[in-house]
Amino acid sequence: MRDRTFAPSRILIYLVVSLIAAAYLAPLAVVVLNSLRTNEEIAQASMIGWPKQWAWSNYAAAWSGFCVAETCAGIRPYMLNSALVTIPATIISTMLGAIAGYAVSLWRFRGDSWIYGIVTLGLFLPQQMRLLPWTIVLRDIGLINTLAGLVLIHTIQGLSFTTLFCRNYYVAIPHELIRAARIDGAGFFRIFWRIILPLSSPILIVTVIWQFTHIWNEFLYGVTFTTGQQQPVTAALIALSAAIADIPQHGVQSAAVIIAALPTLLIYLLGGRYFVRGLTAGAVK
Amino acid sequence: MAALSIRALSKRYANLEVLKGIDLDIESGEFTVLVGPSGCGKSTLLNIVAGLDRASDGTIEIGGRIVNDVPPKDRDIAMVFQSYALYPSMTVRQNITFGMECRHVPKAEQEKAVANVAKLLQIEPLLGRKPSQLSGGQRQRVAMGRALVRDPLLFLFDEPLSNLDAKLRVEMRMEIKRLHQRIGATIVYVTHDQVEAMTMATRIAVMHQGEVQQFADPDTVYRYPANLFVARFMGSPPMNTMRARLEAENGGPVVVIGAGRPDEVRLRLRGYDAAAPFVGREVVLGIRPECIAEGSRVFAGDAPIIVNAPVEMVEPTGAETIVLLRLGGEPAMARITPDIRPTPGASAAFALDTRRICLFDPETERLIA
Amino acid sequence: MTDAVSTATRPGRPAISGVVRRLPEYLMIWVPLLFSAAHLVSFSLWTIWISFTPSTLVPVSGWVGLRNYTAVMASRNWQIAFDNLLLFGSAFVLLSLVTGLVLAILLDQRIRGENVLRSIFLYPLAVSFVVTGTVWSWLLNPGIGIQKLVHDLGWTSFRFDWLVNRDMAIWTIVIAAIWQSSGFAMALFLAGLRSVDADIIKAAQIDGAGPIRIYRRVILPTLWPITITVVVVQLQFAISAFDLVRALTNGGPGIATQLPALVVYDLMFQRGLLGRGAAAAVLMLLILLAVLLPYAAWRYFRRATHA
Repeated sequence: MRDRTFAPSRILIYLVVSLIAAAYLAPLAVVVLNSLRTNEEIAQASMIGWPKQWAWSNYAAAWSGFCVAETCAGIRPYMLNSALVTIPATIISTMLGAIAGYAVSLWRFRGDSWIYGIVTLGLFLPQQMRLLPWTIVLRDIGLINTLAGLVLIHTIQGLSFTTLFCRNYYVAIPHELIRAARIDGAGFFRIFWRIILPLSSPILIVTVIWQFTHIWNEFLYGVTFTTGQQQPVTAALIALSAAIADIPQHGVQSAAVIIAALPTLLIYLLGGRYFVRGLTAGAVK
Repeated sequence: MAALSIRALSKRYANLEVLKGIDLDIESGEFTVLVGPSGCGKSTLLNIVAGLDRASDGTIEIGGRIVNDVPPKDRDIAMVFQSYALYPSMTVRQNITFGMECRHVPKAEQEKAVANVAKLLQIEPLLGRKPSQLSGGQRQRVAMGRALVRDPLLFLFDEPLSNLDAKLRVEMRMEIKRLHQRIGATIVYVTHDQVEAMTMATRIAVMHQGEVQQFADPDTVYRYPANLFVARFMGSPPMNTMRARLEAENGGPVVVIGAGRPDEVRLRLRGYDAAAPFVGREVVLGIRPECIAEGSRVFAGDAPIIVNAPVEMVEPTGAETIVLLRLGGEPAMARITPDIRPTPGASAAFALDTRRICLFDPETERLIA
Repeated sequence: MTDAVSTATRPGRPAISGVVRRLPEYLMIWVPLLFSAAHLVSFSLWTIWISFTPSTLVPVSGWVGLRNYTAVMASRNWQIAFDNLLLFGSAFVLLSLVTGLVLAILLDQRIRGENVLRSIFLYPLAVSFVVTGTVWSWLLNPGIGIQKLVHDLGWTSFRFDWLVNRDMAIWTIVIAAIWQSSGFAMALFLAGLRSVDADIIKAAQIDGAGPIRIYRRVILPTLWPITITVVVVQLQFAISAFDLVRALTNGGPGIATQLPALVVYDLMFQRGLLGRGAAAAVLMLLILLAVLLPYAAWRYFRRATHA
């Protein structure tokens, strides 16, 4: 079964696997090809086809040319918004989660298991339960329709994941290490900086990739709490489709979709191993 | 001066009492081994001494100073851990200097201290390596180096050899003992291995169920175990213990195994005056396997006592042969010379050393004589 | 585990200096954690409270009992959303389980290029639901997508118009969702297959079992805890699915692909019926709990019996 059996069955296996792989790649291929076809060409034929002439200008138009609602700056400002939300929220939530995970796994505090238990409930609580309260909180502290508001939301909600990831990693670190360091005279932060953090790169990479992907791809909060020029790119994509529904520009739209998906796809390509580890870690909570 | 005194120390977790009023006084320069089965509280006791755990009651004095509320780093102790607990991201040198770094010791002084310790433990070539590049024995040395460099009042060892293979364990055992003899440090050493306790300690504290059963030098613990637990825990194979009857015969005590049976064994005892109140009562007799030998053996100073006993099983180990036999119907182990191989199922003659028999009160399980 | 904090101060004799010295660590640990915990508890309670008030455009106090709930459940919108959820949830979970398991077994055959193939099956997970929904809305659009392509190739009677067909539109969401997340099931199953003790497989081979029998009788039975985890995670996604539907069908045609998350959003932010929106959100939570509580109980039971 796990060693090589006779050839026909192996050929069948390769055939089936290749067909499924082609099916998984097809949507990506279609969009990439469309992003290089002119709008007219797509309109005459279908979405599926080989470019007759390479329309690289689609990318320029998607990046900074076409109009969403009244503004014609392309997708660039929304990509910038997404970056300005995703990068700080990822960094802050990962750092706080690392320290919190370190505290609840290697140091004990009175009531820590309660707090930790409640925080992990955040993995399950649907966003819809938090929409209205966030609206009111953001309005009261003046962060509605700001990127800072989204950073705040993603940081606080991300803590559930980052704390869980880091805690589960740190509980496997021998407690004797902490004891030895305490006898050596190191305190909470020195132990963290000198001993725990140097051991943490695998879990920090997993956490950063997870947080980045999720925050970048998030849509509901973006569309609810921001409008117009403040929207992240996911919300802008929807607005774009709605705005140009009358005169379809599928070439430009495809280019915009590719650009919007590129950051997370690149991260996936570069850190696939850690990406998968995050997926499984998130599932087995 | 006592390097460490523990007074009425107890530790409770919720409704579980892990330590029940421990009293120990450890003199400066002593090598004390806390030994006991897992769960006896020995590691908890060590952690409380180190300040890594809190006592529920009682006091701990290190070097004449009560340290109950002193954090571990200020207790003037060093500790070697079972897993060695070397900091994985630091080199050997950094592992050793980390404590001094925390205490802001000047660099030059750190260098000198590391050089000394590295020379003492012969780890100079390893200083630049990471722990993952070291063998088990080397890690053990580095862990000791980290402790030695502090030059503390008290060294604490928490089962430091249990992660090593058998051969290395014997080597390191000797090395730790040699180190103790050379630098005269005060050591408290926790282990579950009674061989380590016997070979290394100047005094042994045998612990069981949160209490110190006996605190004495190794010979006393071995020869006069305070109770049945200590008798059965120390020594391998353990002391044979069996129900017996104490009778008086010609004015002297005689202990009878399997009284009334056709194969009953009667052993006359000399110098067991303390057993007088138990004459005519049941006792528990304890006899070490090495006090039962082949029939031709002559134990010094006394007329030999020879019994014929059925042999059940024979285990040759090379250096000696362990024989499982029955004395008055009770199972017992004997250590005989490797040259003789009694046949299982048959009877053979065995010589008994009656001067080293122990008698225990069957109710309190304490040593009578 | 060591009680680190209590070593510094003895109960009943607090050392003030210790507390001050530890202030930064309290701030760094407790404040974020407390914020996180507090927002979860207070936000949930607040939303539950709102669901019992007559709030419309703004939150108001007052008590209307279960009226919001009865109104939501009586609405056609919610009923369709709930029916859709049942269909979408079961079809999506079942099909993605099967797809994931088949992919995992295929990849487990020591095939060449396993890493590349695994990357191909997993990459959709890195893409946002908005992108997935948008792309599939093009592919499935009969005017420009697959149907048009087949027509252009000459087979003009070919019909593949699920996206605009009221009865079939929900299946387009199933397709896109499977494309996006069956890789997740595959990753977990593959990890499970690889963790089966090799000695057990050798023993089965010595017992004379063929490959299919070994899979059926020896390997697959060890996967059922993973299967339950996959089912729960996928159900969790199905129950709160929003982005994908928003980008793919936006609930249409008409309200044929309405799902609870869309109903909540619609009530809260488009119709300005906060009380009812909150009630719908609480209903979503209850549906989720109906999945998660048995799962938590199962996990607890398993841990207790395996400890």
